[in-house]
Amino acid sequence: MKSDIKLIKNGKRLDGRKNDELRPIKIEAGVLHRAEGSCYLEWGGNKVLAAVYGPREAVPRHTQNPLRAIVNARYNMAAFSVDDRKRPGPDRRSREISKVISEALENIIILEKFPRASIDVSIEILDAEAGTRCAGLTAAGVALVDAGIPLRDIPVACAAGKVDGEVVLDLGKEEDNFGDADLPIAIAPRTGEILLLQMDGHLTQKEFDTALDLAIKGCKTISELQKKAILEKYQKNMGE
Amino acid sequence: MPITAEIKKDYIIKLAKNGKRVDNRKFDEFRKIKIEIDIIKKAEGSAKVTIGNTQVIAGIKMDLGEPYPDAPDSGVMTTAAELIPMASPDFESGPPDAESIELARVVDRGIRESKIIDVDKLCIVPSEKVWMVFIDIHILDYDGNLFDAASLAALAALMTAKVPIERLKPMVENLKEKHPSIEKYLKEHPKDFPLPLSDPPVSCTSAKFNGMVIMDPSLDEELIAEARLTVATDTKGDIRAMQKGLNGSFTVDEIKKIIKSSVDNGKKIREQLYKSVGK
Repeated sequence: MKSDIKLIKNGKRLDGRKNDELRPIKIEAGVLHRAEGSCYLEWGGNKVLAAVYGPREAVPRHTQNPLRAIVNARYNMAAFSVDDRKRPGPDRRSREISKVISEALENIIILEKFPRASIDVSIEILDAEAGTRCAGLTAAGVALVDAGIPLRDIPVACAAGKVDGEVVLDLGKEEDNFGDADLPIAIAPRTGEILLLQMDGHLTQKEFDTALDLAIKGCKTISELQKKAILEKYQKNMGE
Repeated sequence: MPITAEIKKDYIIKLAKNGKRVDNRKFDEFRKIKIEIDIIKKAEGSAKVTIGNTQVIAGIKMDLGEPYPDAPDSGVMTTAAELIPMASPDFESGPPDAESIELARVVDRGIRESKIIDVDKLCIVPSEKVWMVFIDIHILDYDGNLFDAASLAALAALMTAKVPIERLKPMVENLKEKHPSIEKYLKEHPKDFPLPLSDPPVSCTSAKFNGMVIMDPSLDEELIAEARLTVATDTKGDIRAMQKGLNGSFTVDEIKKIIKSSVDNGKKIREQLYKSVGK
């Protein structure tokens, strides 16, 4: 989609950010009572909840793997989370996102510990404003830790992209709609391995390198916020 | 009944015989209620209601649509509830099951039949274009008494909702050619305006087990309940809706007592609701 709107003016983006600046992020761990682990995350105008159930017996039984656990992530948008009401229930887009998030999480969960089990991750997008899959996966990472699931690392996601010919971090709403490219990634921050990568739009090889570098830097910043949120929960519990 | 509920049953009944509940509440006492409003920016109106550990979000979306042929001058409202897998290990994803449908229908009936929304004021062009109001309820954390939490969240969301005429202006203006009367409507409604509402009835749910009746059942109490009664009362203390559930029975005396404590609790909840939405 092309438009006449200038997305970068005098080195500043529409919301006043610099090119390598993230939107404000707030993370809170352990917000739900029933779920074994949960996380509430605000990222710019996004509001996301993630909850984890399991490991528990995988049903239907034919989905069980005798050697390891399976991961079912379910990304779901609330009907009221977007401008024009979304019909409730999964559509093709949310099925695809659920799949790539499940695969990313499978990589970092130590699945061999729980044969025949499933680990169910529920991601609810309550308010949406560009970058919901990254917000959802980042929240899921914290919820998994909160649930006590053994992990190799805490997964974290962030997007970079190109607007008005410049590579920028963490696309906002207009940048997502009218920008030139979008590159959401998820990494295991300890090793830097890439768990999820999607791209649409147009990037030269050089731009891709810059964008990937920027997104990884963003991930690392957010990773610290994740750890802080988890620590805060346990410090609060100890204080009580 | 899950095995854990079976184990807790004896304990809950033993406590109740001594006039006590697991969380130290009186029999006719609600858990702590928290109402937060305007939490979803994209929604026309929204609210999160917490009753004890139960958490529910309701969001209002509005759009232009066509009226039903039997009510050509009235706006349209629909209610949907999602018991998402996040809220409980027993909820599964997929199309809405009987439980979500009952919940949505009971909340829908409470709002529709008590005529809280003044649907006649939601008409744009008679028998052609009206406002549609979508109430979507998300159960986030399920620890009993979804009926009261869901209807309270829906009410709070409605009371904060604004008709989004500014957002839909281009769409409305496109209709001008076909319906010249829209010019007048746009003049009369230049800006977003609050949803036309009247005083809402507040619903209170009681449950009965082993001959004892308690208000606002927690999940453990709900799982061993034999009968359930939801009573919605209005500002005057009149009854506006009732729904009995489950296969147990009530005596006439029990029902009268339930109605009385529903009026008392309803009054307190209504005060809190008005305070939360700033009325």
